[in-house]
Amino acid sequence: MGILDKHKAIETNATLLLILSFFVVTIGGLVQIVPLFYLDNTIEKVEGVRPYSPLELAGRDIYIREGCYVCHSQMIRPMRDEVERYGHYSLAAESMYDHPFQWGSKRTGPDLARVGGRYSDEWHVDHLRDPQSVVPESVMPKYGFLERTLIEGEYIQDLLETHQLVGVPYTDEMIKQARADFVAQVDPDSDYDGLLERYSGAQVRNFDGKPGISEADALIAYLQILGTMVDFSTFQPDASR
Amino acid sequence: MSKKNNKTDVPTTGHSWDGIEEFDNPMPRWWLWTFYACIVWAIGYTIAFPAWPLLRQATPGVLGYATRAEVQKDIETVELANATINETLSTVALADISADADLRAYATNKGAAVFRTWCAQCHGSGAAGVQANGYPNLLDNDWLWGGSIEDIHTSISHGIRNTQDQDTRFSEMPAFADILEPNDINAVVNYVMSLSGDAKDATQIDYGATVFLDNCSACHAEDGSGDRNQGAPNLTDAIWLYGSGYDNILAQVTQARNGVMPNWNTRLDEAEIRAVATYVHSLGGGEASK
Ligand code: HEC
Ligand code: HEC
Ligand code: HEC
Repeated sequence: MGILDKHKAIETNATLLLILSFFVVTIGGLVQIVPLFYLDNTIEKVEGVRPYSPLELAGRDIYIREGCYVCHSQMIRPMRDEVERYGHYSLAAESMYDHPFQWGSKRTGPDLARVGGRYSDEWHVDHLRDPQSVVPESVMPKYGFLERTLIEGEYIQDLLETHQLVGVPYTDEMIKQARADFVAQVDPDSDYDGLLERYSGAQVRNFDGKPGISEADALIAYLQILGTMVDFSTFQPDASR
Repeated sequence: MSKKNNKTDVPTTGHSWDGIEEFDNPMPRWWLWTFYACIVWAIGYTIAFPAWPLLRQATPGVLGYATRAEVQKDIETVELANATINETLSTVALADISADADLRAYATNKGAAVFRTWCAQCHGSGAAGVQANGYPNLLDNDWLWGGSIEDIHTSISHGIRNTQDQDTRFSEMPAFADILEPNDINAVVNYVMSLSGDAKDATQIDYGATVFLDNCSACHAEDGSGDRNQGAPNLTDAIWLYGSGYDNILAQVTQARNGVMPNWNTRLDEAEIRAVATYVHSLGGGEASK
């Protein structure tokens, strides 16, 4: 009965019970979480995924602020019906620079993981302003204020630095040029070669078609890049994942 | 529970609170065996399926199960089932699709499904478009770029005025706010209105006609009937992309919106594009091939 007697000591001492329970739960957590950080097959290496440009990153913040993730997921699961409706299933690498990721868990609206390029900028402006004007059946709320709210990007450098701190590979040059890149991406007449060099495939347009940089500009720039970074015509999936 | 009502041969745990003691009954057999069976099942499961993290990779599991292989197989099964007809659909001459009744039925049904997934958000679930907002109605016989199956196929495949496809259909109506004087614009708007009904100010029509001839006829044709090579709409048919009435027409002449549609050749395969082209062609406005 030796061991049971020892156990009695734990049962009768609440603090000790608490500490030891926590210890046991920690083991469970470690076994599940730690391997994800070192296993080779957690995130496969994929060509093309790059950190978000400053404007896209600002748009992503607006996406999170407005709670778009409450109704929209960004995770195409590997199932035939999803692949047929939305496109190639999502890869872990595609949300590698998302902090936090936007996989979501609720689909009141469709998945947005590959919405980039699927609609025109004009459609996004119409749809954000008044979803029912283009999709009469829609239950999505109106976000007309986004195109009326101008942003300057005065904290964009800090935003990039914060992301660098949590592991997104923004170079010091990217951070230095953040404000300039932020402005250049909505102005097709600007000198945006540097922007394209730093963020390959970034789309330079006046997204909302109005003067000034609005929240809608940033949000649409973000939506239009979603799911477009990996070229699936050349991507070879490793079937064992 | 008092001692009196119970078998006294069951030992107690020895715990006693205010004289209440706790029996040390064994677990029910069935429960215990279920529990052990679960443990055995769990061990077998982690051997069969991917589970244990090792140094570089997790164990793959002896059954060789992989989600990606699974979905690949699902997709291939369906593709294989339709392989022959899809092959025919994507290789016959476009004009011949509707000549073959089976092929036409298949293409129209498949096309309807493609349309509901990829096109309805802009053109409406019934393909009637969004009036006055630049998303054209595909049910009528008023076409911007042409209503033969070949024209429709090109519009869908390469899209319209997008930045992704080099072969996209392209044209651009200029914004006349910077080109014409306000009274010229007022006159030409009245003239355009007169082409399909009543002008707001009939005295302006004659002068408007000369402005139109000088500035607009290169695209919209001298009689205002439009030019499909440039996607310039017919202005005489009372069907409006951007809305009827003086204010809407004035807005288009001064600011000039030019509609954009994505190219679908990167998202849909040839059979899907041909199917949806057949579907659109069948909606009522389809024209014969040239
Ligand atoms: C109340 C839930 C809800 C919220 C919140 C919401 N949406 Fe939606 N969204 C929908 C629904 C439902 C649809 C499908 C109907 C439609 O197209 O409007 C949709 C459709 C969309 C689409 C078109 C997707 C497709 O492939 O057809 C986009 C893009 C979109 N939403 C973006 C956003 C953004 C950006 C936000 C945040 C600013 C947002 N949504 C917030 C419900 C929501
Ligand atoms: C982002 C919104 C959008 C989506 C999605 C879209 N279209 Fe369009 N489509 C347009 C616009 C805008 C035009 C008119 C372009 C113009 O003004 O010349 C157009 C024009 C067309 C035309 C030419 C009409 C004519 O009169 O010549 C066809 C055909 C067409 N679309 C079919 C499709 C099909 C099929 C799909 C789905 C695979 C689709 N569209 C998806 C916006 C869209
Ligand atoms: C370079 C060619 C070009 C010229 C010049 C031009 N247009 Fe257009 N116009 C177009 C095109 C293309 C469209 C369709 C835009 C679209 O599809 O989004 C259009 C659309 C319109 C519409 C809207 C039609 C509708 O169905 O809603 C009106 C009205 C119009 N033009 C009037 C004029 C007038 C008046 C002039 C001369 C002052 C003019 N246009 C000169 C190419 C031209």
